[in-house]
Amino acid sequence: MHRIATLLFALGLGVLLLGLAAQLPLGATPMAIGNEILARAPGEIGAANIVTSVVLAYRGIDTLGELAILFAAATAAGLVLGHAGSRSRNGEAGFILRTGSDLLFPLLLTVGFYIVLHGHLTPGGGFQGGVVLAAAFFASFLARPSHRPGHGVISLIEGLAGAAFIGIGLAALAGGGAFLQPLLDRGMLGELVSAGSLPLLYLAVGLKVGAELAGLLAQLAE
Amino acid sequence: MDMTFAPDPLALLVIGALGLIVVGAAGLAFGRHLFRLVLALGLAEAGANLLLVIAGYRWDAVAPILTGSAPAAMVDPVPQALVLTAIVIGVGVQALAVALLVRVKLAYGTLDLAELKALVERDIRAAAGIGEPDSAQAPATLPGPAGLIGERP
Repeated sequence: MHRIATLLFALGLGVLLLGLAAQLPLGATPMAIGNEILARAPGEIGAANIVTSVVLAYRGIDTLGELAILFAAATAAGLVLGHAGSRSRNGEAGFILRTGSDLLFPLLLTVGFYIVLHGHLTPGGGFQGGVVLAAAFFASFLARPSHRPGHGVISLIEGLAGAAFIGIGLAALAGGGAFLQPLLDRGMLGELVSAGSLPLLYLAVGLKVGAELAGLLAQLAE
Repeated sequence: MDMTFAPDPLALLVIGALGLIVVGAAGLAFGRHLFRLVLALGLAEAGANLLLVIAGYRWDAVAPILTGSAPAAMVDPVPQALVLTAIVIGVGVQALAVALLVRVKLAYGTLDLAELKALVERDIRAAAGIGEPDSAQAPATLPGPAGLIGERP
């Protein structure tokens, strides 16, 4: 009985979604704002990656909300797991895993920071690069469970990065602009130092996401 | 409706994304194991993200990144930025869900929904001081002794 009801539910949902999708203007831009942003973003923001312009400049305050949600989820997970880490595994991984993680660590750090710092030029940015940074620390944590990075250090980096993001936004507010309005010189389109304060914002996002996920993964692994 | 069933590759992509959503939703309804529910949620989320990205897609356009070459038509950047946000929030939700699963596994030793339901009901009854219900399946027990109620199979 339950299975039949579930099948009916899935079928109904499928038909409903298909009916809705049949009215989509496929292949055409559904919103006029997309073309407007495409036309104006290079001159206004100066970032070669227009998705970054949208994420950090036009919808900067949404990104701040997104960071807040990620922070709330990481905090809640830490709260839930709070006493679960009583059984600690101190056994080191084997020689091959330890050497492999040692070799991977600097490479992952380099790739992570490269993705973070080129977020305004190439596909990537603070969120993607931050995940790679977290993976670098998590790999070394898996190989050496006893050498866990201090919780204080992680919290400090996370807090400072979040404060820096809000601080850049408030600086724009103090300068007479809107909250999180891009600051500084736009520079040459496509160069590493360009797009004003967007690389700084993405650096803050990358450090915050990396610290948050590294702490979360370490807590889950315990 | 016939536009959806026309041999348009983009319509096929849309149907695929919708299929992911439906499979995820059916998994949520069918699931008997908590971890599978989390996986089904991830599947439905992937379908929704795919649908959003397809909404801004055009065949004759390139990714919205300016390169040195001649400017070409570019796809809508707004859905891509929205999906970036949605993916990050999905990661947060899944991390929280997995953390809760770890606690459930530590507390009850199982993630099977039917077993969990029985165990949780037993605990609730024990906390409320109510005995086992009389039913045709279970042998009737006298309400009262807490040792019997807290017993696990």
